[in-house]
Amino acid sequence: MTDQEIKQIIFQLLKKIAPDTEPEKLKPDDDIRHTLEIDSFDALQFVVALDEQFGIETPEADYGKITTLKDILNYIMQKKK
Amino acid sequence: MEAGTLVEWLVKPGSNVKRGDIIAVVDTQKGLIDIEVFDEGIISDLVVKENQKVPVGTVMALITGGKETVVKEEEELPEKTIEEKKVENIIVAEMPHGVKASPLAKRIAADNGIDLATIKGSGEDGAITKEDVERTITERIAPGEEKKLIAGENIRMAVAAAMSKSNREIPHYYLETKVDMSKALSWLAEANKQRSVKQRLLPVVLLIKAVAKALTEVPDLNGYWENGLQKKPDINLGFVVSLRTGGVMIPAIHNADKKTIDELMASLNDIIPRARAMKLRSSELSESTFTVTSLGEGNVETVYGVIYPPQVGLVGFGSIEEQPWAESGMLDVRPVMNITLSADHRATDGASGSRFLMGVKNHLQKPETL
Repeated sequence: MTDQEIKQIIFQLLKKIAPDTEPEKLKPDDDIRHTLEIDSFDALQFVVALDEQFGIETPEADYGKITTLKDILNYIMQKKK
Repeated sequence: MEAGTLVEWLVKPGSNVKRGDIIAVVDTQKGLIDIEVFDEGIISDLVVKENQKVPVGTVMALITGGKETVVKEEEELPEKTIEEKKVENIIVAEMPHGVKASPLAKRIAADNGIDLATIKGSGEDGAITKEDVERTITERIAPGEEKKLIAGENIRMAVAAAMSKSNREIPHYYLETKVDMSKALSWLAEANKQRSVKQRLLPVVLLIKAVAKALTEVPDLNGYWENGLQKKPDINLGFVVSLRTGGVMIPAIHNADKKTIDELMASLNDIIPRARAMKLRSSELSESTFTVTSLGEGNVETVYGVIYPPQVGLVGFGSIEEQPWAESGMLDVRPVMNITLSADHRATDGASGSRFLMGVKNHLQKPETL
């Protein structure tokens, strides 16, 4: 899976959670929760969706590693290795 | 709310119903609401027709009791219950003075919530006719997006109306305390290690449980002000859910004191998405006995809430922030959260309010007992 494909999936998942936003306009280093105004409940739903979609398991201790688009890409690539 | 429009009946005359069954969907200012039944029996008549707008308190259907009821004899059967469904404050458009309209046009406009002042009449002397109103109604059946916007504005209006009433009628008093959340957060981190991502708990469930427990100790805060304080036996916590389009919905978590932490999380997983989709049941919107608002991480430290009448109290949780913390002569940095209570001075005073807040604080210090 390429970076671009992963990004597209992330955008789709974010769009489901925050339909009124434009995730594709996120910059690589933007704090996703802050920029898209996602609360802790929706943030948890996003982690659930990420795990299901990419077949990974994200422990709570790793939440700090997936705050930006760039971080999530790195995290997924590493987990999928 | 003062009125609602019946969108769909989910039962037919002759259907068996039991407590908790959803029998109809009603469109209100707060979105689509599922109407539940509070009795058991057989639907003998659907009084209100689909697409009819009716005032709150209107009899919607008749239910006769007994499972042996024969449909053809239903008229002779004694009525067991008359279902009266209450939906809350709606703002009804008032008839402006000086607008000429035929009585039929006025009635259709009122039934459909159309303001006659916004219609140009085609009748004699510019009088508004039935056709004018019907044309306006057709024009207003807008695409989904526009409808959503109107729903959002309506919610804001409903919230504003309830909060104005609250500020006008309720003598609020406010109390505040800080709680060191380190124990609660480490307990939660440990608890979450044992859980799959889907079952993970959010800090807010501990807050909800601590509030419910503290309310069992200070029951004067759990009830309504209706000709005096009416204490409620069940602790149904209204949980404030903010909508992304603006406004809030406050669905109830029923019997929060009797639910485990995991059951409370399951309740949140159920009601938050439904609140955001404006798909709540009537009982969830009308049976809260106390309100909880939690701003969550990354937000301001303190919230002073406005009581949701006829309730007599609301607790507000600010964001958990690292702060200097002095304890036993030592200074440390801890995750700290501000808790505020807004309460009705007619029902309680500072002493009971303080007992409640200290109760919440103490329960949060012992997360393993929650």
